[in-house]
Amino acid sequence: MSPAHKQSPAGKTYDAGENMSAVKDDQPLETQKKQYKQMVDEVKPKPRVWRNVFWAFVVGGLIALLGQFLVVFYQSRGLPLSEAGAATSATLVFLAALLTGLGIYDEIARFAGAGSIVPITGFANSMVSPALEYRGEGLVLGVGARLFTVAGPVLVFGIVTAWAVALLYYFFR
Amino acid sequence: MPAARKNGQQTVWFENPPVIVSTATIVGSKEGQGPLGHTFDKVIEDAYYGEKTWERGERRMLQEAMQTAVQRANLQPQNIDFLLAGDLLNQIISANFTARDLGIPFIGLYGACSTMYESMALGAMLIDGGFAENVLIGVSSHNATAERQYRYPTEQGVQRPMYAQWTVTGAAAAVLSRQGTGPVITHATIGKVVDLGQGDPLDMGAAMAPAAADTMARHLSDTGRRPDYYDLFVTGDLGLYGRELALKLMQHRGYDIANRFNDCGVMIYSPDQDVHAGGSGCACSGVVTCGYLIQEIKAGRLKRIFGVGTGALLSPISAQQGETVPGIAHGVVIEGR
Repeated sequence: MSPAHKQSPAGKTYDAGENMSAVKDDQPLETQKKQYKQMVDEVKPKPRVWRNVFWAFVVGGLIALLGQFLVVFYQSRGLPLSEAGAATSATLVFLAALLTGLGIYDEIARFAGAGSIVPITGFANSMVSPALEYRGEGLVLGVGARLFTVAGPVLVFGIVTAWAVALLYYFFR
Repeated sequence: MPAARKNGQQTVWFENPPVIVSTATIVGSKEGQGPLGHTFDKVIEDAYYGEKTWERGERRMLQEAMQTAVQRANLQPQNIDFLLAGDLLNQIISANFTARDLGIPFIGLYGACSTMYESMALGAMLIDGGFAENVLIGVSSHNATAERQYRYPTEQGVQRPMYAQWTVTGAAAAVLSRQGTGPVITHATIGKVVDLGQGDPLDMGAAMAPAAADTMARHLSDTGRRPDYYDLFVTGDLGLYGRELALKLMQHRGYDIANRFNDCGVMIYSPDQDVHAGGSGCACSGVVTCGYLIQEIKAGRLKRIFGVGTGALLSPISAQQGETVPGIAHGVVIEGR
């Protein structure tokens, strides 16, 4: 085994090209900051947009497909559409909570990104994960107080938006 | 008049270089699976380490590492003059609570992820200054406790950017003594807080690289040494991209260290472990230094290294209030004897 400190940086060979931005420490701080920002932008990896979009589409699509499957299933068992929808939401939330508890949901989300954050399952995950996390601080000040740390903003702005839209609808319909 | 044992602006040298007489390391399972897994004393599979909370698990790792280091030095806690320790949790509770159980006069330190090197530098100063015979130093970090404090609940489903780093679960401890056998600390360069305006709290490599380069360049100019005087320059947790940035910054200052520069955060995991840019946390530089690097020095494969602990001095509050992320880096010269 070659000594670990001789590893090359992720297969990249270091090349201080002529055109690289330079940070000169005799420059004023603001200039250095600008130069450094340019240098960081050159080095920083770009987000893999197409790969991320692809997996978000696949996983998000699969969750939606599962939802549709559940709706059809509940309808076939005699529930009217609106109630089949509610039962579907409950089932998806349960599944997401279970997967969160088993430590699987965050593994899916690492690849799926928005695909697993945007659907209702992401909302369930964002409530169950703080509940698990803060259990050690007690039921009231831990779980109770922190349950909405991630989901809180979604609720606040969701409700405010709904309220604003309803108001507009009331006056301008 | 400049201080008697100071070289240049930021470097101190030791008349009787303090000896690193013993070290101890404990890591989590992910670190145990990494390329340096065999260099650690103990790998724990259970992130709770049998305790009720992750915080207690982290504390137990730190305490065990410290006790092991003291035992290996053939000392009793009452022979230790000072305990210098720190960690990443609010009010450094891991270090404070461990110190409560050890009963050694305690100086709590916070240098974010640079704390191991901060404590090595200060411990060496205490010993060479004649204030201590033996100093115990130690640091810990834990992926789950750090994630919840700085970022999201651990089970929260998020997509981490490729430049994000993974907090190392582990604890490291070492005993520094005025006499004994082992590698010695000959110089320490205390870093300045450097902030080149990086504001992304997930991109700590970019925030800390200027501080690391500043301390390395300052050390070389303070001591008048050339980069090839050292077998290795090793930073604490700059990660893949931070390391690249630090290399470039050094190059701009006229120092080429490309063939003798690595980063503990890059060394501790292999790319297929999917940790993105590498490891971070107090334990990152702690366990790699107290494990792999000290072993290499003892084996004679490394003769002289300049280790640089790097810290991102942010808090969740400062980040949310839109402040930039200041960095710090403390360097220590470790030589084989």
